[in-house]
Amino acid sequence: MGWAIALHGGAGDIPHSLPPDRRLPREAGLRHCLDVGIAALKAHKHPLDVVELVVRELENYPHFNAGKGSVLTSSGTVEMEASIMDGKSKKCGAVSGLSTVVNAVSLARLVMEKTPHIYLGFHGAEAFAREQGVETADPSYFITPENIERLKQAQDANRVQIDYTQPVQKEATDAAATIPNGDSQIGTVGCVAVDSEGNLASATSTGGLVNKMAGRIGDSPIIGAGTYANHLCAVSATGKGEAMIRGTVARDVAAVMEFKGLSLKEAAAYVIDQVPPGNAGLVAVSSTGEIATVFNTTGMFRACASEDGYSEVAIWDSPLK
Amino acid sequence: MGAWAIAVHGGAGVDPNLPKERQEEAKRLLTHCLDIGISALRSNLPAIDVVELVVRELETDPLFNSGRGSALTDNGTVEMEASIMDGPKRRCGAVSGLSTVKNPVSLARLVMDKSPHSYLAFSGAEDFAKKQGVELVDNEYFITEDNVGMLKLAKEANSILFDYRIPTVGTCGARAAAMESPLQMNGLPISVYAPETVGCVVVDKEGRCAAATSTGGLMNKMTGRIGDSPLIGSGTYACDLCGVSCTGEGEAIIRSTLAREVGAVMEYKGLNLHEAVDFVIKNRLDEGKAGLIAVSKNGEVACGFNTTGMFRGCATEDGFMEVGVW
Repeated sequence: MGWAIALHGGAGDIPHSLPPDRRLPREAGLRHCLDVGIAALKAHKHPLDVVELVVRELENYPHFNAGKGSVLTSSGTVEMEASIMDGKSKKCGAVSGLSTVVNAVSLARLVMEKTPHIYLGFHGAEAFAREQGVETADPSYFITPENIERLKQAQDANRVQIDYTQPVQKEATDAAATIPNGDSQIGTVGCVAVDSEGNLASATSTGGLVNKMAGRIGDSPIIGAGTYANHLCAVSATGKGEAMIRGTVARDVAAVMEFKGLSLKEAAAYVIDQVPPGNAGLVAVSSTGEIATVFNTTGMFRACASEDGYSEVAIWDSPLK
Repeated sequence: MGAWAIAVHGGAGVDPNLPKERQEEAKRLLTHCLDIGISALRSNLPAIDVVELVVRELETDPLFNSGRGSALTDNGTVEMEASIMDGPKRRCGAVSGLSTVKNPVSLARLVMDKSPHSYLAFSGAEDFAKKQGVELVDNEYFITEDNVGMLKLAKEANSILFDYRIPTVGTCGARAAAMESPLQMNGLPISVYAPETVGCVVVDKEGRCAAATSTGGLMNKMTGRIGDSPLIGSGTYACDLCGVSCTGEGEAIIRSTLAREVGAVMEYKGLNLHEAVDFVIKNRLDEGKAGLIAVSKNGEVACGFNTTGMFRGCATEDGFMEVGVW
């Protein structure tokens, strides 16, 4: 029974034909973030510090839908949100509607530790960020060309996209004008970790849904939906926010373990099974060092490792070499 | 065909020194809201419509902390939030950071019914409200003199932390008594805490459950602060089995995902409604203070709280009706 860590870069309709120039940077990102997490756990950092550290790395990576590289609202702006939770104390922090804060997950942690509140949003959260002196950047810093293109595709198709949804099958001419293979293959990020003492933590961060209405809040900052940790397990979920909220997905994994006596893997599978196909994925670790990564989408960018030397980076069902 | 049941609340955590007339006023309002809900149920309105109707009534009345009469932010403004959930398909809607929408619960309903999302906040929510043509008013409409006074006390309490009340009909004896055993919630003396979030849960004759919760939030809260009331699973929850609305210390409710917890122990542990409510209140709150009302698809109604008092009322089809504070 040692430490274990799992992280994700989003679940969705990731096509198997994802071209190398889209796939390789993300694999590299997952590997890099996993290494950061492993090093921190080996250095006996508390899981709360580990998940924050790893999610910061994922946020800074422009190829995932969090921090830099966040998807755009219908107005072409970025509104980021995140939450973090400590399993033993069940203390938690969350933020929504950030437009200039470089690391939303760190602001969520500050809300947890430096305010009498749990959740701050929008202008109040931005004001708090300035008070705390966290790193901020011009809103344009977060916007990438790929996301401008994604927004255009979504608006042309006139719908809100789960991050990975393939572009609507339109005429060949339109296909030529779009990025090959739709390149909607990015998503929410998250990390869960447990140390050898059974301390658990979870954190999730995202730019949300492509073409979302301004002010839309998804599951990532909602304790019990996108993020949850208690003495049994830590869970970070990804997918269609609305489905995760009504399914209280992150909370239910722990509830099912506790009340039905299922193992982590069984509980994770059970809960994901309740969500309509194509809508959800999650990573989880238990107090005894088990790992579960489950999704009912085509794929989920993920990586995990445990103290016994096991490690895996994967997108679809089989781990990548 | 089953039987209907309804419960309403106006907040958990009541000042033991609350003047008798305030208590009576609260009970009258709760009775009035129950009557509205009961009428609606007798006319076969579905649960989701009934909870919205009743919470609108609670928002419109300035007595409790929602809509008009909301607690104030540290800037002296009002930022309201609400959520609503329909048990049968677990559809839900929530709003936060509203400053001009007369009935937040109705906007939450529109988010559920008319938007592709589940939760909208701040200026995005206000824009949606304009597009939907809901009734809008100036922020001043929501602000009451009582609450302006309470805000002042809260600010003082936060810096010097002792218990006193706006001297209305209080006597020295009452004040001394209050100071002897100062109850606190969320770091504020109970008299100033103003936790009176409102909520309603209903099960209709078809066994459909619904829940809704609405609030102005914590007195003297930081602007942008979101509490448990708009969070599905924390302040509000409804599924096939039950409908739940919570009130009290937001942190405690969120950490324990209190509303979902009732449903989870019923679903996964097979407890009935009363057992579930007892279990959750006894075991899930740790040091936190909160209360909840709940109905089950079988027409049962229950409430539980570990606070000193909760403004509440409940009624069932067989004629049972009860309104209480302690």
